Amino acid sequence: MTTPAATHRRRSTLRGASLPKWFPLAVVAGSVLLAVAIGLGAGLRSKVQWGLIAALLAVAGTYVVAARVEGRRQARDRIATSLIWVCFLLAVVPLASLIWATVKRGAKVLDGYFLSHSMAGVADTQPGGGIYHALLGTLEQVGLATLIAVPVGVLTAIYLVEYGRGRLAKAVTFFVDVMTGIPSIVAGLFVLSFWILVLKMGYSGFAGSLALAILMMPVVVRSTEEMLKLVPNELREASLALGVPKWRTILKVVLPTSIGGIATGVMLAVARITGETAPVLLLVWGTNFINTNPFTDPQASLPLYIYQQYANSSGYGAAYDRAWAAALTLIAFVMILNLVARGIARWKAPKTGR
Amino acid sequence: MDISTQHTDAPDPLTRPAPAEPARAVRSTTRPGDRVFLGLSRGSGILLLAIMAAIAVFLAYRAALAIGKDHGNFLTTFEWNTNILPPQFGIAVLAFGTVVSSIVAMALAVPVAVGIALFLTHYAPRRLSGPIAYVIDLLAAVPSIVYGLWGALVLVPNLNGLYGWLDDYFGWTGILSWQGGAPRSLLTVGILLAIMILPIITNVSREVFRQVPRMHEEAALALGATRWEVIRMSVLPFGRSGVISASMLGLGRALGETMAVATVLSPTFDIKASLLDPGGGTFAQNIASKFNEATEFGQDALIASGLVLFVITLLVNGAARMIINRRKEYSGANA
Repeated sequence: MTTPAATHRRRSTLRGASLPKWFPLAVVAGSVLLAVAIGLGAGLRSKVQWGLIAALLAVAGTYVVAARVEGRRQARDRIATSLIWVCFLLAVVPLASLIWATVKRGAKVLDGYFLSHSMAGVADTQPGGGIYHALLGTLEQVGLATLIAVPVGVLTAIYLVEYGRGRLAKAVTFFVDVMTGIPSIVAGLFVLSFWILVLKMGYSGFAGSLALAILMMPVVVRSTEEMLKLVPNELREASLALGVPKWRTILKVVLPTSIGGIATGVMLAVARITGETAPVLLLVWGTNFINTNPFTDPQASLPLYIYQQYANSSGYGAAYDRAWAAALTLIAFVMILNLVARGIARWKAPKTGR
Repeated sequence: MDISTQHTDAPDPLTRPAPAEPARAVRSTTRPGDRVFLGLSRGSGILLLAIMAAIAVFLAYRAALAIGKDHGNFLTTFEWNTNILPPQFGIAVLAFGTVVSSIVAMALAVPVAVGIALFLTHYAPRRLSGPIAYVIDLLAAVPSIVYGLWGALVLVPNLNGLYGWLDDYFGWTGILSWQGGAPRSLLTVGILLAIMILPIITNVSREVFRQVPRMHEEAALALGATRWEVIRMSVLPFGRSGVISASMLGLGRALGETMAVATVLSPTFDIKASLLDPGGGTFAQNIASKFNEATEFGQDALIASGLVLFVITLLVNGAARMIINRRKEYSGANA
């Protein structure tokens, strides 16, 4: 409608002077260069100092220039913007470093042999050995925990959404929320005091699964609850209006509609407990040998394996490599579970009708 | 959902009584299937409550066994000797370490997490905010033992520079002086914990900032406010209680974190004046590192310290939930 020249003139009269779009980039680049120059010139060795000088220069430069050209309020706005960008970068740095370190150091020994052999007869300082026994243990423990936690969790969520009114439902909701915050080591101590010290059962994979199930239940309840709430009421009413009993309505209409979301929640919960170390450390005890029976005798577990390889090797060596490789396996497993879970969520998202 | 499963046998609609009456009457004669199903689902809910109660009861029972034989003062003794006779142990050092490392973690994580939440809701280009939120979720998915491994083998060696710098410029405070030991101190633990609790604080805060009424922001914009002024005047006041409870959820995580602390910290059983000198301990770390050589009595003593941790996290989480529940629309349990 208007020519570019005209808009430009109008904007400048209405909004006052404004700095060009490339201004923040230019300031950042300039201050980084200046900081490197100062750092080299003054002989500062710490990269942290360089970074701090650059950040201070950038903030001060932005403020001074923006305050001159655009006014104080705009200058403050620019500072807030740059601080918020810094926050975001601060979060990305550790994640990138963590994934980079794990992949780089873990890939060294991670191969078919590593995945298919146990640590039987391998000393901590010796190269070789693998995580087969630990993988097996983790899969069994997590599988048992899932078998315990999912029915209880889903039924509780059904209770809260479909039946729950009144004081009991309120108490359950509140304590489920609080239960999500129980430290994993406390869940481990509880099973220790109850299962091992009072009932005199031995250390076993199953004891670990009990603790993992306690940690998993509230997560399953919360995610299932959210999903059941998304099921449109019209569906329930239609089914009830046809004379279908409530329990069959729930089983045949409500659950199938939300099954995708429930599966997602369960997989995210599985991903979370797979990495739990503390309860496994207290209850499963760990071993270097293959134990396929989770109900008797200590088992190994992947997170516990990482901890033991780290703790038992004072210094650099084969054990560190194994710890990193096991960590890479664990992260890959958890990330794949996460990705698949989110994929299911997107694919099977219930249509809310709006 | 309130539609009851009524099945009237009345042949003539005119003979049906008032609607409120039969609903009640029919509900009392529900089908057996319904009764079984309700029983099962209510039973699961009750089971969850029973587990919470059992945790408290069993921990308290075993803890009482241990504390009864403690020849030190459980609250003030600076020692953890459960294998000698008479045994002496106390939680003073652990309480100090837990509180200090959590405070450091909160001080570092809360501002950054709020910044990221604001970034996601108000600053990031719309196309970017989805993937970035996903990256934050990945940060939450990394198992704590991997954080521990990374912290001990990557973070610790890289902190020497920062420690030297802190000692140079702030060593005079005493709190930040450094004698040159490996940086496996409470400060490092706090930094690592901050990274670990970042996602939950970010996610809950983000949910809160999303709920800010659009009208508030647009009103501020219409008055000529800059983006920062919009945030300061309408977003932050609205989200304050949410951010507080998000921080408390993060605090609950930080208090109970075990493996990351156990791998990074080099524990001693005393209180160091400086945050930078290696030493100290936390409840969870002490349990994990002392457990393997503990006798049954030693395990009971560790359970006693676990009970204290349980009560503290219960209070923190409960308070956070109370604040959140005042606004029903969001809850951070899925974060």
